[in-house]
Amino acid sequence: MQIPKSFLGFKRENGRAGTRNHVIILPVDDISNACAEAVANNIKGTIALPHSYGRLQFGADLELHFRTMIGTGRNPNVAAVIVIGIEPKWTKRIVDAIAKTGKPVEGFSIEGVGDIDTIAKVSKKAQEFSMWASEKQREECPISDLWISVKCGESDTTSGLASNPTVGNLMDKLEPLGVHLCFGETSELTGAENVCSKRGKTKEAQDKFMKTWNSYNDFILKEATNDLSESQPTAGNIAGGLTTIEEKAFGNFQKIGSRQFVDVLEPAEEPSKGKGLYFMDTSSAAAECVTLQAAGGFNIHLFPTGQGNIIGNPIEPVIKLTANPLTAKTMSEHIDLDVSKILSREMNLDQAGDELIKSTIKVANGRLTCAEALGHKEFVMTKLYRSA
Amino acid sequence: MAKTDIIIHDKKDNVGVIVIEKVTKGQDCGCWIMEDDTSSKVKSESEIPLGHKIALQDLKEGDTIIKYGHDIGKVVKSIKKGDHVHVHNVKTKKW
Repeated sequence: MQIPKSFLGFKRENGRAGTRNHVIILPVDDISNACAEAVANNIKGTIALPHSYGRLQFGADLELHFRTMIGTGRNPNVAAVIVIGIEPKWTKRIVDAIAKTGKPVEGFSIEGVGDIDTIAKVSKKAQEFSMWASEKQREECPISDLWISVKCGESDTTSGLASNPTVGNLMDKLEPLGVHLCFGETSELTGAENVCSKRGKTKEAQDKFMKTWNSYNDFILKEATNDLSESQPTAGNIAGGLTTIEEKAFGNFQKIGSRQFVDVLEPAEEPSKGKGLYFMDTSSAAAECVTLQAAGGFNIHLFPTGQGNIIGNPIEPVIKLTANPLTAKTMSEHIDLDVSKILSREMNLDQAGDELIKSTIKVANGRLTCAEALGHKEFVMTKLYRSA
Repeated sequence: MAKTDIIIHDKKDNVGVIVIEKVTKGQDCGCWIMEDDTSSKVKSESEIPLGHKIALQDLKEGDTIIKYGHDIGKVVKSIKKGDHVHVHNVKTKKW
């Protein structure tokens, strides 16, 4: 197949391109959710991103909170941003960092004003942003403007056999065209960690990966109360035929094809070493992982599933594929691409990879994903430890 | 094209995965090796369900199971070619 050289995206002020054109109302903290949701309810063409945290966090946990907030606002799928916080200082820090992209952004704080007057003030600005963004047109963008993140969920043996290798096939075909790619799931690489680290392009990237994985493993060993063989693989994994954690990890690892990663990113960190594949230190929980990848600047997501994970994200479209023929049938409203024909050999990996590229371009051009059509907008902050 | 009952990821693998509802004891199974798109055959020694693994060669205690071309665990009870390979005869090397 001739791989398309371009897609229709929204060109942003900083040179990036978006696959979506959202105007977001971003609460800095949990107590500003009500205000943000009221504004999004008033003004059409805006979405609120409520979440559960943002108060009394400190240290690395607070830094991650800021990185996630700022990165979400900076994402090229977002045309303009309203930030609402209880107090002005943290609100301003987020506004100033988003403003560096050149996109319209404005902050409001509720303290001393109250919800009702804040909602009125913010609604006027949100209306202006929404109508401004609605004039934006899609333009031809080089395929290298795609930043593709991947994560699998509710995996079974069909994931490692077919849907994950299909994503790997796409990576092998698109990486040479200059796209950015990102995989994560530190915990689910256990058993394949040494092989994964060797995929680092440089000694530095390899060491950074092992340091990240070891730090996770030390945490698990510290918190674990018993032998993990009872929980990894899970009883469901075993019933499905997965025997060991290593087998599960190598199934997961199929998603990166034969690629090498250029760097290891902190959770929600934006890549800074140019095109290519990056590993991001993330949880293996679907909504947390995709929220972090979106905050890292990724503008389209590929999600292979076995038993049928239904996750979506408010700003990054999530494309689902499955190779499980039963899931493709019983949960068809959640599945964007069915590659179960690989198992019956009616389709090979090369063809499946091409089909996934076609689906990716369609969605990049604006076709709604199943998760978008069904209203899935899971925005979940990763919390490193308890608040003060 | 021969019917595919078993998929093998990599030429180096010593196990394959059942991709039909189940294989029965004594069944001559068609295998497809994904890595190089070639075919082979193996005779099943027991009933094995969808998604589970079959041994492609005799394996003895301490041997390594190779899937995806990589080490995924060790044999803890000897296995004959065509046997069901799972938690009763293979364990992780991780813990």
